[in-house]
Amino acid sequence: MAENLPSPGEQVVIAKPALQSVFKALDSAGYTLIAPVLRNEAIIYDEVSSVDELPIGWTAETGPGHYRLEQRGDESFFGFPAGPSTWKGYLYPSRLKLFSVSKNGGGYQTVPNQDVSPSYAFIGVRACELAAIAIQDRVFIEGPFQDPHYEARREKAFILAVNCTEPGETCFCASMGAGPRCTQAFDLALTELRDAFVIEIGSPLGARMLLDVEWSFAGALELGRADQKITDAENQMGRTLDTSDLPGLLYDNLEHPRWDDVAERCLSCTNCTLVCPTCFCSDMKDISDLTGANTERVRVWDSCFNPDFSYVHGGHLRPNIRARYRQWLTHKLASWIDQFGTSGCVGCGRCITWCPVGIDLTEEIAAIRDEA
Amino acid sequence: MSTAAKPRLAVYKFASCDGCQLSLLDCEDELLAVAGAVEIAYFVEARRQTLAGPYDITLVEGSVTTEEEIERIKEVRRQSRFLVAIGACATAGGIQSLRNWIDVNDYVNTVYATPEYIDTLATSKPISDYVEVDFELRGCPISKYQLLELVTSLLIGRLPHLPSHSVCQECKARGTVCVTVAQGIPCLGPVTLGGCWAICPAFNRGCYGCFGPVEDGNPIALGEQFMALGQTGAQVSRAFRGFNGYAPVFRQASEYFEDK
Repeated sequence: MAENLPSPGEQVVIAKPALQSVFKALDSAGYTLIAPVLRNEAIIYDEVSSVDELPIGWTAETGPGHYRLEQRGDESFFGFPAGPSTWKGYLYPSRLKLFSVSKNGGGYQTVPNQDVSPSYAFIGVRACELAAIAIQDRVFIEGPFQDPHYEARREKAFILAVNCTEPGETCFCASMGAGPRCTQAFDLALTELRDAFVIEIGSPLGARMLLDVEWSFAGALELGRADQKITDAENQMGRTLDTSDLPGLLYDNLEHPRWDDVAERCLSCTNCTLVCPTCFCSDMKDISDLTGANTERVRVWDSCFNPDFSYVHGGHLRPNIRARYRQWLTHKLASWIDQFGTSGCVGCGRCITWCPVGIDLTEEIAAIRDEA
Repeated sequence: MSTAAKPRLAVYKFASCDGCQLSLLDCEDELLAVAGAVEIAYFVEARRQTLAGPYDITLVEGSVTTEEEIERIKEVRRQSRFLVAIGACATAGGIQSLRNWIDVNDYVNTVYATPEYIDTLATSKPISDYVEVDFELRGCPISKYQLLELVTSLLIGRLPHLPSHSVCQECKARGTVCVTVAQGIPCLGPVTLGGCWAICPAFNRGCYGCFGPVEDGNPIALGEQFMALGQTGAQVSRAFRGFNGYAPVFRQASEYFEDK
């Protein structure tokens, strides 16, 4: 059969309903499928078993502090901008037990978390999200210390990417060089046409998921249409960010009055960091029973906007909202580059959309640049 | 607390609904462990027998609203090694602190058939306005998990691990979509201390601020956003003037928006 499968780099066309066979193949291969679904007035990621659960025909209007579902009036499977969920929530869960410790005679016994990590198939990963996963790989796997929990989930994950054809009002992935075209590693990457999907094969594993699917090699017409849709998306970004020498701009303007201005508006509520697909800060909690004989160490999401985050003996290192917002933005766009070699921002726009008061980092940067 | 005798626990009630002290009985699975770890010396809702002080841990529910309560809280303080104020009434004055903005006699005359029976202070104020408080547990009602964590930490002799984050962090951790951004519902979550596991937004309701203000929050900016979403100043003021309305940060916000 193998000779009947396309090879990595090749592009094929399938009918839209045939995507269900890909879902079935993933399910048979033991994957838990996570895909966009319509829930709680938004398009979020959750477990699915059928393509019928995708938000077919739906999109969302986005803006600063604003998100509203809308019907498209067509039958698009992936015709919406990214919602509030991130794949980070699956690779780096909001709460994870690391180990437990029990008192044992005179000493104690430590038992690491030996839960088998789940095998996820991520359906509909956008280019900006692929870029975000690559950034978290650098943080959790490729640095001097490896996070075994992230690494195990990441290595097992199957990625069915989608070239974005529907950027939102808060999107600027093109400015960040992160999208809308999927260029980072994936197993399969779809481009949605009106009646078909063009699928680029990213790996032999991805090709195997087409075993029960009727496919044909994409012709010039389909490839041209797919390419046009992605190019159109690139030209429809709702936002732009001038990235030229952002580190220099921010490091030279640490006392810029704009930080006071944004501090008046910022709630320090942590939403931007938690919807950000690259923010990775965590805290450790030791949870013991009443006698202290049994304790669990749990890792939970944390945020640089939390009062306790930068509290050390003697007081707060970053004692107010101005200091916290400045730290977040400066890390995201400048010192992240010093630390990890790339920007920490992929231009997905989530921090703009899901900020309850609609603070827009592209606007903040533009203001600092204009008045610098 | 590592003496041979079990630490003695007392639970006192002031002006309140009893919901917070019932959180202790609500511990169910852990209740026997608590009863095994401490001597429940004074807890009239749980034990008919009452033992005289002093007590190692005293949980105080309710706000101070009468002259008699002022004297009683002073005596409770004298009898207590660790005095812990529990719940919105004990830590902020509770919903009954609405009286602090008006003439209480208007309420008394409206509510009671025989107002002359009522002997009350003009204000409802938190326990810490009258005596030194060692620790506060927020919430309306408090979280039983936080109560257990507090008792555990006191028994072991370490600091309790309690959240300093906003309700938003709990919505995001549990995967609740923001009701303000996606539905335009005013929600106090961004300026409210977490601890409730963000229960209201999970049911498509805005946060009511049960756990009181988060440290270093920005309620004025949030209130301005509510007005941008179409609320009147009076509505914004009322949103802040809830169970924790008399907590200083919410009090200032409610007064700021009152005439906007």
